[in-house]
Amino acid sequence: MSDMKHYEAIIIGGGSAGLAAAVSLKENGISDIVVLEKDGEAGGILQQCIHNGFGLQTFKEQLSGPAYAERFIKKATELGVTVKTDTMVTKLGADKTVEYVNAEEGCVKASADAVILAVGCYERPRGAITMTGDRCAGVYTAGQAQKYLNIDGYLVGKRVFILGSGDIGLIMARRMTLEGAKVLGVAEIMPYSNGLPRNIKQCLEDFDIPLFLSHTVTKTFGKDRLERIELVKVDENKNPIAGSEQYFDVDTLLLSIGLIPENHLSDEIGITMDRSTKGPVVDDRYMTSCEGIFACGNGLHVHDLVDFVTLQAARAGKGAAEYIRDKSKQRGEAVRVSAGENVGYTVPSFVHPTDAADDVEFFFRVNQPLENAVIKVMSGGAEIRSIKKKKIIPSEMERVLLKKDVIAGLSGEVTISVEVLS
Amino acid sequence: MYDIVIIGAGITGTMLARELSRYDLKLALIDKENDIADGATMANSAIVHTGYDPEPGTMKARMNPEGCRLYEQLCKELGCKYTVVGALVAACGADEERHLDILAARADDRGIPYKMLDGKAAHEAEPNLSDEVTKALDFYTTAVIYPWEVAIACAEVAVTNGAELYLNSPCTAIERTDGGYIVRTPERALETRLVVNAAGVYAENIARMVADNVRFRITPRRGEYYVLDNAVQPVKHIVFPVPSKEKGKGVLAVPTVYGNTLIGPSSDVVEDLADNGTSTEGLDYVTKNIRRLVKNVPLNRSIRTFAGLRPSADVHDFVIEEQPGAEGFVNACCIESPGLASAPAIARYIINELISKRLTLKEKQGAVLTRERPAVMEELSPEERSELIKKEPSYGRIICRCEQISEGEIVACIRRTCGARTVKGVKKRVRPGMGRCQGGFCEPRVVEILARELNCAPTEIVLDSAKSNILESENR
Repeated sequence: MSDMKHYEAIIIGGGSAGLAAAVSLKENGISDIVVLEKDGEAGGILQQCIHNGFGLQTFKEQLSGPAYAERFIKKATELGVTVKTDTMVTKLGADKTVEYVNAEEGCVKASADAVILAVGCYERPRGAITMTGDRCAGVYTAGQAQKYLNIDGYLVGKRVFILGSGDIGLIMARRMTLEGAKVLGVAEIMPYSNGLPRNIKQCLEDFDIPLFLSHTVTKTFGKDRLERIELVKVDENKNPIAGSEQYFDVDTLLLSIGLIPENHLSDEIGITMDRSTKGPVVDDRYMTSCEGIFACGNGLHVHDLVDFVTLQAARAGKGAAEYIRDKSKQRGEAVRVSAGENVGYTVPSFVHPTDAADDVEFFFRVNQPLENAVIKVMSGGAEIRSIKKKKIIPSEMERVLLKKDVIAGLSGEVTISVEVLS
Repeated sequence: MYDIVIIGAGITGTMLARELSRYDLKLALIDKENDIADGATMANSAIVHTGYDPEPGTMKARMNPEGCRLYEQLCKELGCKYTVVGALVAACGADEERHLDILAARADDRGIPYKMLDGKAAHEAEPNLSDEVTKALDFYTTAVIYPWEVAIACAEVAVTNGAELYLNSPCTAIERTDGGYIVRTPERALETRLVVNAAGVYAENIARMVADNVRFRITPRRGEYYVLDNAVQPVKHIVFPVPSKEKGKGVLAVPTVYGNTLIGPSSDVVEDLADNGTSTEGLDYVTKNIRRLVKNVPLNRSIRTFAGLRPSADVHDFVIEEQPGAEGFVNACCIESPGLASAPAIARYIINELISKRLTLKEKQGAVLTRERPAVMEELSPEERSELIKKEPSYGRIICRCEQISEGEIVACIRRTCGARTVKGVKKRVRPGMGRCQGGFCEPRVVEILARELNCAPTEIVLDSAKSNILESENR
């Protein structure tokens, strides 16, 4: 571990966010960078998302996940980005040192002027929810079943039930149906779906797969392999309603019950986390509370569209480039941007009015479906922006842009809220 | 002709097999499950109790303190984790405080070290103790282990010394012969001089195959637990309530050897010997009871729940004796808590007091009772890791991102004697899937490595039991 190598930037994670950040760093004049990717190839989770629908915003066309990834891999390669694959980061230091391990180099410690966390997220496992019963084979997270099918080439089962209406679950309902499995239903504990409307239409309705809203799976049965599940209706407090039990004989249960940003690296160095996103709190450059460490992608907050990942990661790359070029620059007092009524969180959470070089786009989600609503941005009691929305739902990330001159004029905390028009 | 057939490859059976493998004997160890340590040994609180709890005069009181005293050295010899965390028995109010005095007196009798902590000292030692706690007994030498790791290591030693291990081999019948017994499994008839019945919750059924006068009734008690993400560690010590006759040791918080906290167990009598599923009632009971002792328990950081069956019985004590009327048939039964802690003493007792009366024990040339700890990347310095990776590059490929387990470690645990054959077997030995994603990312890769190493199709790889297939069919 002697002779510590120094880079201008180390990007942890070579998925959609890491690649976009790397490309952006290069385009912003930072050349000495490296991407550390744990998997055998770059592209991240996109590689197993073989369905269409990626890139409508970025490329104005419908691409599959691997095709979308390929465009960035190609771009990164053309720009001379080094991607170390099969390389796992084992430790991150607040001093921007990174320890990683791979088969060729062994254990290596490197340092950088800036570190970009593009670490992705993981699927909530069964143990995180109250589902009792046997712990037999046949229960998978949706993404795990997707990997088995799309990467490894194996179907996990023939009679399937899906808990959670997250997008991966919906996509897998269609995918497994097309491969000959019978999907008996999708249960969602909330009274509304957590997936994108287009996926509800294209993956469930088009295949006559029932969606059970305000329902959950409470029990699994099966000694060796799953044989049956118990589905119940829940009340407004998400508690099971006695007597509403239904049973489905299935060999497979897929869980699509939420994604959690992977943040043990940032946790270990005490980076400030957002309780709602479960990712780091960042400013307009996507810098975390730890100077010189940036975050983007699903490790920052979970996205529904890869296009937004790309957009934010590019901004993080540009932010890191600005930081690397002038590390001693004082950016002045930060102004907090917080979530108001009906809004779960905002990203970023801080702006710097005295150093407002760019327009800033804020991303947020509402915490319940709303109709006939208005997005309001307020600061110091005054309304800065308002945008009318016919319908706004938690599964779709919203955004609102503030011009740089507006940001430069901010004096107090900014609140983004969504109000329903009477 | 075997000298001894041991039925049950849990902690009792494997530890006995290891001790016996030092002698010149023909040994077989059989188990109905698809791996070693798949019953009570897999699902318990993982504590080496010091032995203050058992009522005086019981077999438990005789076995537990001695077993505990043997453990640390034993774990050293077997290359197993043994982590001293200390145990606080926490009392709430005057009635419970009086019970601490009884336990302290027992500890004095048995030479078990402890400190009595007043409320203030207890809260200083363990900041998350609830405000109701007024006094605590600190059994500061109490350790936690990975129970299945110890059982697997013992089986490995025994098999290396010549013992035969037969998994997926439920004992279906036992017949008496002139010189002993024939133990039947679906595939074999094992003729033997002695039989040791260490069959856990099934021990009564096994004993009834040779005698009608079995003096115990197994009434399994199910214990349910939460496992917390090792990023949150609410307690430093094991925290016990004051034990009671009705509820046993009660609901505990246990910091395990790899930092995950166990919260549990419940204690419900079940009819079905295979009913180790979790229940809403059981988990609710755990939630309610832990809050009395420990505050700020982040059950929202649970990554897994599980249940295990304890081989409890109406006799409320271990039964370690020759079955009356069945010469050479040794029961090692009703081994509920503190069975894990007692196991080394039970093994010695069975050999010295029971087996040596029936067989002449002669030390075997070349028997090795120790096992070298497999390389664990997490335990090596960066320099040592690099060195290992240079020799064997697969140690540089991380498969489990949560717990950072390398391909090299997984391959090694499959290739070892008594190696892993299942996804759960790999998880028990080297821990991929034990982390916060619970195998969401690494399970497919573990399946792939198992298939490659075992030279079979991935569709043949099972999660745990022989019929617990993970993949239905090849697609295209």
